[in-house]
Amino acid sequence: MLPFIVSFLVFYLYPLVSTVIMSFQEIIPGQTRFIGLLNYERLMNPFMYKAVWNSFRYTMFTILILIPVPIPLAVMLNNPRNPANAIFRSALFIPTLVSVVVAGTIIRLLFAANPSAIVNTVLGLLGVKPSDWVMGGSATAMALLVGMATWRWTGVNVVYYLSGLQNIPQELYEAANIDGASASYRFFHITIPLLKPTIIFLTTISIFGGFAMFEESYILWSGLAGGGSPNNVGLTMVGYIYLKGFQGGAMGLGSAIGLILFLIVLVVSILQLNLFGFFKREAI
Amino acid sequence: MKSLRAAEVRTQILFSLFFVVLSLLFLFPVYALLLASFRPGRDLIRFGITLKTLLPRNLVLTYLANLPTAQGGVYPIWFRNSLILVVLQTSFSLLFSSMVGYGLGIYQFKGKNIVLGLVLLVMMVPLQILILPLYRLLIFFKSMNTFHGIILPFIVSPFAIFFFRQFVVGIPLDFVDAGRIDGLSEVGIFFRVMAPLMKPAFGAMAILSALLSWNNFLWPLIVMRTKRMFTLPVGLAGLLTPYGNYYDLLISGSLMATVPIIIVFFLFQRYFIAGLTAGGIKG
Repeated sequence: MLPFIVSFLVFYLYPLVSTVIMSFQEIIPGQTRFIGLLNYERLMNPFMYKAVWNSFRYTMFTILILIPVPIPLAVMLNNPRNPANAIFRSALFIPTLVSVVVAGTIIRLLFAANPSAIVNTVLGLLGVKPSDWVMGGSATAMALLVGMATWRWTGVNVVYYLSGLQNIPQELYEAANIDGASASYRFFHITIPLLKPTIIFLTTISIFGGFAMFEESYILWSGLAGGGSPNNVGLTMVGYIYLKGFQGGAMGLGSAIGLILFLIVLVVSILQLNLFGFFKREAI
Repeated sequence: MKSLRAAEVRTQILFSLFFVVLSLLFLFPVYALLLASFRPGRDLIRFGITLKTLLPRNLVLTYLANLPTAQGGVYPIWFRNSLILVVLQTSFSLLFSSMVGYGLGIYQFKGKNIVLGLVLLVMMVPLQILILPLYRLLIFFKSMNTFHGIILPFIVSPFAIFFFRQFVVGIPLDFVDAGRIDGLSEVGIFFRVMAPLMKPAFGAMAILSALLSWNNFLWPLIVMRTKRMFTLPVGLAGLLTPYGNYYDLLISGSLMATVPIIIVFFLFQRYFIAGLTAGGIKG
């Protein structure tokens, strides 16, 4: 068993410690020296602020959609007597299987700038002017990123909520029915409070996933790590690591970005858990 | 009572109608990709997917048929690379993670809680911030542009270790004791007694690991340097440039990279759901 624990330490713990050390170093091939906080000082630039802001915005938008919306969907699907529900669940789940590269390619083709591309066509029927979604401006570009996340992850969250719903004792609903509680009362006073562990779990995952986003913008803006996007809206923190660390060869600087990212994620998660009263250890 | 049931049926029909629309909306992009695979890639890149693309008429099979030979037959190589990596990564990760998880679940030893704490700690660290040190490590081991370079960081997955540990803790220790009485070695107990009991856990983690490996993008993008070593996602992403000439390969290749997972999904749907909800949300 020991060898596996060793490899575990080599591939996880060593890189983690190494990131911390590298963030205080300047690394040029063949020579590495400590430069104190210089990397962090260098990061006080508009690009870094932009990257943090974009990652933050993207995370918030995806949480605002992907946490609440799947709840009513799961509640509606949570009726085993309707055999069609299993099919609907699978249909919502299939986008999860599509890789980010393929998903990005499809999105680019569906949302192409050409007025006769399908999304512009449909919107045209509704009287909306055609727009260049991918390159046209930061609002539509961010909408594409969030839309892609919604398409890919709604099904997973529905599945999580469905398994959370299985853990709610049926008697609670029966008791509420006897008391003559309305459907909305049951939803807000039984379902939502008892789904709280699932909600906390999914919010935590979404924070980690949202701040780690990079591949989506890499694909939508052709490998320019978000640099080719309108107003740099696709430049995320991981994108900035890639840009500086790999394409720019500044690995110390890249590590500093990584460490800041890690700290932000930790702080936001703790704030979130606090908000939900997770640390109060109340009986859930 | 009867009217109550009639009301329920009515709601279910309404819900179902809503979900038919929603499901079609969610499946639409996949349908669009399917139809796009029968159209010239150059037009698709220039004009996007149009209404004409989506009508199942005048389908041209050439682009899919050319897939094995286009651009010097590079697509079958990417496909093979992805397949090799899925098999290697999944089997190594299952073997090692299950053994570590088993060890943490069954044995009492000094520092056990420290190891468990470390597992939980690294579960909290996004892999994206470790790529720079991992990249240096690969250069140090001279493992750039190799299969093992891709797999090494993933042969022990903290998530899988934790999952196996939780599963093992739920199995009564009597089975281990019975194995010892029968004179089996500790390794023998693991393979002959416990592994069969852990089958559902293996199924769930195998599916999850295979899906993650097949769709893995960022790490292979960094490790693989030559075209013949690319995986499907890396190869396809490389075709997505404004100056490319191989858009047919991009579109029909995207379809053929997606079809296998959808087939596997329908074959093993139960494990998919189990693997994804394995996060241990209970309490």
